[in-house]
Amino acid sequence: MADTSTSLESLAPPAELRRLPPVPQDRSLGWFTDKLTAFNEGKTPLWWWVGFFITAFGATVILPVTLIYKISVGVGVWGNNMPVMWGWDIINFVWWVGVAHAGTLISAMLFLTRQHWRTVIGRAAEAMTVFSVMMAGLYPGIHVGRAWFDWFMFPIPTYEDMWPQFRSPLMWDVFAVNTYLIISSTFWYMGLIPDLALMRDRAKTRVRKFLYGLFALGWTGSARQWHNYEKAYLVLSGLATLLVFTVSSIVGMDFATAQIAGWHETIFPFYFVAGAVTCGFGMVLVLLIPLRKLCHLEDIITLAHIDKICKMTLMMASIMGYIYLVEFFIAWYSGNPYDAWVFGHRMFGHQYVYGGWIMLLINASLPQLFWIKRVRQNLWLVFVIAFVLNIGMWFERFVIIVGSLYQDFLPANWGVYYPTWVDIGVFVGTLGAFFMLYLLFVRFLPMVPVSEVKGVSPEANTHRPAAVKGGQP
Amino acid sequence: MSETNYGIAAEFDSAADVLRAAEKVRDAGYRRWDVFSPFPVHGLEKVMGLGNSRVGWFAFLFGAGAFIGTMLMIWYMNDFDYPIVIGGKPMFSTPMSVVPSYILLVLFAGIGTFIGMIALNELPRHHHPLFAKKRFALVSRDKFYLVIGSNDPQFSESVTRKLLEDIGGQHIEIVEDK
Repeated sequence: MADTSTSLESLAPPAELRRLPPVPQDRSLGWFTDKLTAFNEGKTPLWWWVGFFITAFGATVILPVTLIYKISVGVGVWGNNMPVMWGWDIINFVWWVGVAHAGTLISAMLFLTRQHWRTVIGRAAEAMTVFSVMMAGLYPGIHVGRAWFDWFMFPIPTYEDMWPQFRSPLMWDVFAVNTYLIISSTFWYMGLIPDLALMRDRAKTRVRKFLYGLFALGWTGSARQWHNYEKAYLVLSGLATLLVFTVSSIVGMDFATAQIAGWHETIFPFYFVAGAVTCGFGMVLVLLIPLRKLCHLEDIITLAHIDKICKMTLMMASIMGYIYLVEFFIAWYSGNPYDAWVFGHRMFGHQYVYGGWIMLLINASLPQLFWIKRVRQNLWLVFVIAFVLNIGMWFERFVIIVGSLYQDFLPANWGVYYPTWVDIGVFVGTLGAFFMLYLLFVRFLPMVPVSEVKGVSPEANTHRPAAVKGGQP
Repeated sequence: MSETNYGIAAEFDSAADVLRAAEKVRDAGYRRWDVFSPFPVHGLEKVMGLGNSRVGWFAFLFGAGAFIGTMLMIWYMNDFDYPIVIGGKPMFSTPMSVVPSYILLVLFAGIGTFIGMIALNELPRHHHPLFAKKRFALVSRDKFYLVIGSNDPQFSESVTRKLLEDIGGQHIEIVEDK
């Protein structure tokens, strides 16, 4: 900044210790507005249509077909069996919930800790949360078998006084996931209101003006409105931060409450939170690296932002590695023969050993490459690592769920598990639905929160001397 | 005159300008005025004397109500109305009920925060006198509006217009209340 005098300059920390400025450019407010809404107002590019048709096929053909088939015929069309009564349905549920968590961590927790660099990626991450919780929420609903009895899960007064049974963590899970969906959608929508007003004011056609205007709720941007809005944003991010730690903890308790060796562990709530965030950071990178290029936002979502997310991924992956080792240690140290069996067979058994090695080699070890700065700055490499990390985290849930169930206490019960085409179809369908919703989001809503970015840009600083006002055009 | 007018609006170019103008409007003794900006201008809440937003109270009351309500609901359902022994666990106990109560605290406090924000901001309100002004559409982009309401006890079309001119406002115009 030009206004720092030489004496202040000497007091400032060296360049490598300085905080990343929230917005890398010193540009006018109008420049930011035009830049960040350009993709929403421009012509729809070809890549968007291609991506949309592919993902929409998953969302509107594969997903409904497999869902209707599964609901009308029954759980038997899945690969679930005895003893593996939880299969891809719960693996995918835990995976999707996990993807959601990094979004909330970025949008809410980094806001509370005043990490201003998160401003530019906050909304994109929160959108990821909303859409992936939707996908996660689908699975428990269909996993119960008779999906038309899903209303049993909610405390609805009926003549037979049939109430939910609150002594089970599975019941808590119903409340946690639904709360997560409602709170993350509310947080995301509230953050959108000022930008919807911006889109309304810029709209050229009547349809756009009406729709953006309808959802902007008549926002004027008065100081009184901003005053209440900022307070509400702070409170909501505090509440959403609680959910980062709560929802996956409760998912972990679903497992820890069972007697199965490999599930019955006190570390599970924390384990699931760490796993969720690791996986979610992988998904953030997978989404943002192509989109910043395709939506021409390289000046806004810079390499420095990618670098920060890589470092967070590295930290979470290291925590994962530590937890994996603790699990193995406890399995040996407890002297419990069933635990020792499960964990020994995880690495050296005969059926699903690949999963155990994927956990150690991909989830815990591969992100260690992020220690190297040149790796963090090579976008192709970061993308590949993040993509593989997502797959690895999926296998972690496979190992925990199937790997613990297929050989339980009685050898006479042992069995193996293979997914059927319906399992795969439902998962491919949810992937399609997730990416379709995300493509619609980046096309019709500003992916980067325009008002927040303008609020942290150098020109918003009211103490800035008039001489440097304006910066670059 | 003032019955048909909403107020007088002046346009400013930067957050710093509008903040200094707001200080002068306050010093001139006006009470019913507001600043419209594309992002929250920090410092304005002090100049306007807005105090602490009451949104926090909505969050607290909704959250506390939900926590107590859920505890009571679980006790009623699992212990009073239809008790069933499951695994020899107690019918009602703190560990089983705190987790769902806490989750619903978060849920209702969040909903309460949103409702509070909407209610305190008097939204949704799809019509506003300022929307009739063409240049007001620039406020969400890069302009700043300072509007002195005609319901201000000190409001006078000529004097107020003069004040806005003196403090550097541009495109000063009457906002009709329609």
